Amino acid sequence: MSEMQASGPKEYLRFSRVNRVLHIVMIVSFISLAMTGMTLKFSYTGWAAAMSHLMGGYESAGFVHRLAATAMILAFIVHLGDLIHRKRTEFGSWKKLLFGPDTMLPTKKDLRDVVGSVKWFLGKGPRPQYGRWTYWEKFDYFAVFWGMMVIGSTGLTLWFPEFFTRFMPGEFLNVATIVHSDEALLATGFIFTIHFFNTHLRPEKFPMDTVVFTGRMSVEELKMDKPAEYEELVRTGRLEQYLVDPYPPVVIKAARAFGWTALAIGFSIVLWILYAMIFAYR
Amino acid sequence: MIIAHSSRAGLRGRTCATAAALVWLSVVSLPVTAVGQENDECLMCHSDVTLTGTRKGRTVSVYVDPKKVALSVHASVQCVACHADLEGKELPHEAPVARTVCTPCHDAEQELHKASLHGRAIERGDPLAPYCNDCHGSHDILPVRDHRSTVAPIRIPYVCGKCHREGAPVQRQRQIHQSNILENYSESIHGEGLLKKGLAVSATCASCHTAHSILPHTDARSSIARRNIVGTCTVCHVEIEAVHRKVIRGELWEKEANVLPACVDCHQPHKARKVFYDQGMSDADCMRCHEDPAIRSSKDGRSLTVRLSEVKGSRHTRISCSQCHAEVNASRRRACETITHGVDCSSCHAEVAQQYQRSMHGLLLAKGDTNAPSCIECHGTHAVLGRADPPSKTFPTNVPELCARCHREGNKAAVRYQGTERDVVEHYTESIHGKGLLKSGLTVTATCSDCHTAHSVLPRADSASSVNRANIPETCGRCHHGIEEQFLMSVHGRPDGSSGKERPVCSDCHSAHTIRRADTDGFKLDIMQKCGRCHEAIAATYFDTYHGKVSQLGYTKTAKCYDCHGAHDILPVAEPRSHLSRENVVATCQRCHPGATRRFAGYLTHATHHDPDKYPYLFYAFWGMTGLLVVTFVFSGIHTALWFPRALKLRRERMRGEAAAEPPPAGANGEEKADE
Repeated sequence: MSEMQASGPKEYLRFSRVNRVLHIVMIVSFISLAMTGMTLKFSYTGWAAAMSHLMGGYESAGFVHRLAATAMILAFIVHLGDLIHRKRTEFGSWKKLLFGPDTMLPTKKDLRDVVGSVKWFLGKGPRPQYGRWTYWEKFDYFAVFWGMMVIGSTGLTLWFPEFFTRFMPGEFLNVATIVHSDEALLATGFIFTIHFFNTHLRPEKFPMDTVVFTGRMSVEELKMDKPAEYEELVRTGRLEQYLVDPYPPVVIKAARAFGWTALAIGFSIVLWILYAMIFAYR
Repeated sequence: MIIAHSSRAGLRGRTCATAAALVWLSVVSLPVTAVGQENDECLMCHSDVTLTGTRKGRTVSVYVDPKKVALSVHASVQCVACHADLEGKELPHEAPVARTVCTPCHDAEQELHKASLHGRAIERGDPLAPYCNDCHGSHDILPVRDHRSTVAPIRIPYVCGKCHREGAPVQRQRQIHQSNILENYSESIHGEGLLKKGLAVSATCASCHTAHSILPHTDARSSIARRNIVGTCTVCHVEIEAVHRKVIRGELWEKEANVLPACVDCHQPHKARKVFYDQGMSDADCMRCHEDPAIRSSKDGRSLTVRLSEVKGSRHTRISCSQCHAEVNASRRRACETITHGVDCSSCHAEVAQQYQRSMHGLLLAKGDTNAPSCIECHGTHAVLGRADPPSKTFPTNVPELCARCHREGNKAAVRYQGTERDVVEHYTESIHGKGLLKSGLTVTATCSDCHTAHSVLPRADSASSVNRANIPETCGRCHHGIEEQFLMSVHGRPDGSSGKERPVCSDCHSAHTIRRADTDGFKLDIMQKCGRCHEAIAATYFDTYHGKVSQLGYTKTAKCYDCHGAHDILPVAEPRSHLSRENVVATCQRCHPGATRRFAGYLTHATHHDPDKYPYLFYAFWGMTGLLVVTFVFSGIHTALWFPRALKLRRERMRGEAAAEPPPAGANGEEKADE
């Protein structure tokens, strides 16, 4: 990393390298899954046939879908492995990891933040002092967790129907199809709209927040965005620990280009879904 | 002799023959009792081998072999019964004796003979005229049935040939219109049968000319008069109508015998053979004029030149001009001046002509449509070739082009046609049949005429048409017989008619002129639309499930209608032989999913999530998921919508704050730069 250093003040390192890589893997595999899956779900639109064709026909689209699914499952496993690793090195116990101040689990503060946020939205209170993980970030995280379970399990059922019908009725394949595709619709819809808004279209972040790619954010931004975390870091004197040199502009540009590409594809998929559901629904 | 004769007849087991023989013998033996002179008395002198007499100034032997007389049919007849002039005369009698008489025993024959050419010649005193004994012999007369008899069928040509052979006095000195009679006869089918094959039933001279009543063909009573000739021939050729129905319609034999050609018009007398007709109006007569390359019709100026080589290389190589160009009259100098009609192929090709007349082509021609094709449009004229002949216009590989001359888009028949089948020639050429025929050169491939027939071409609305809906399975089945069998057993083909709906025929799925191989992607993807035309609901739900969705993306390896239901052998699921019956369904799934089990087969290939009664799991799964989706989006949507203006405000405040700050923050990142 040292040779990539650029001059400038140190920045706060929000995401570890593992997490950044996993997010990129997630983006690539998720978009691949969405694109290939939606062609099947909305196969009655001309768009779908064209997309399928673009991806080298149905068979290669199916291959890409399964390949991306494997990648995503691997990412999931690596994430779990990373948790175990960090439990050992950083936290020492599951209790500290799960119930410490930086937990991903919902806490009472999150409930207060939700209420505070609504008040703030309505102009009836100040912006809540968000911590390291805001409630919507936690929601996103568990939405993905839930989605992985639901889509992954039904996807495997559809991938290996002959195996799964050894112990479940054939009709479950139909149910699995519906659950798989509708949960996928929910996931793509959510990620490509709500999640995108939270990270890109939110005016104070516009046009792009590259923190998830670079892992870095300015201390100023940290102070404004996550005041509670900042204060905690300052209070415990751990801030210095997380300060690193910023990436040179070329890395930022690359991250931004990648982000915009993903964003464009995501929005196209959303438009396609809307078109398919509103104008071509059967 | 009587005993011998009757016993032989009896041995044959022919009681009627025996009876006839007895009657005949009783008749010929009548004079036995009437005459006093005994044969022995005659033979006293005439059994002497050296005994001679004079006849017409010549010395001749008058020896009578008693053994021969004893063996002849007249063994028991007194000599004086025939030598009537000697009856009661003193012996030895005067010479010469008068001619023997065959009356009164053979009165009937005598009468016929007297009226015949031969009899009248005798009357005229023609020295060449034959008497009874010239044919029958004298003392050694044997019954006709005895093959040693001079008038036994097998020997008749020799008897007649004594006078009528080429070079004989009669043939040279009398007016006989036929020449080489015996030679021709012996080479004819009759002569061959009689002389070479020894068939005593073959026609001999007497069969046609009769034995005693021989008359010229100009005599109305003659067996060979024009009006009687059919009767004469049909004595043997009784089923002649059946044999000739292709030439002459049956009822005409009776109703209009006068206009019919007589047998001999085609089958030359004395030369009748299976291969025929080099004779009569000879082609050479026609070619005298028609060889001329400059000969033209005086009516419309078209060339009337005929190249005989064309005819000789054609299907009609053994047909003479006058057989097609009928109405010629050989007695005219220009034999053809009596022709008033064009060539009528139906005189030989009656069956085909009848089909043609009922066909669209024939009907249009009958209406006077100048565009309607007659025989020659497709078959040509003098150079007509059989359809098995590659250069022929009707050879399979040439048929599409032949029909295209009128039926190609823009040509006269295509202009006239108002139906839905357009560009038939182009479509056919690109179809599996067209490619098979024209690219692969498979002459067994279906051409236009295989489906539409060659001569019974009718529009498909006509129930007699080969391409009428009702007849299509049969038409296709002529080549695709195995498929037709399956189809006729299937729910689409079998005649239970319970649904009352119109059921599909071959062309509904395969089309008429754009038939593709069933293993092409285009066909595979198209078939679901084809099934869906009738099975609307079930096709729609198919497209809701995996197989349908995948196939919609153009993927052909997935299960299509016929992969599960069968193609031509579709049966209701309830029937054991159905591909989807309880017994067969797992095996059907296993064709693509080798590990399929009965549970696997429980997959709903036509499920819809819109039917809570039929598919409750799917219905509730769908609405559960939809509910989750809606709730999630409503909450997060509201959250975001509320957040947005506040975030916007925050951004403005921050930007203002930044602008107010004296030194721009050193950590300003790219985003902020971009914003500026």
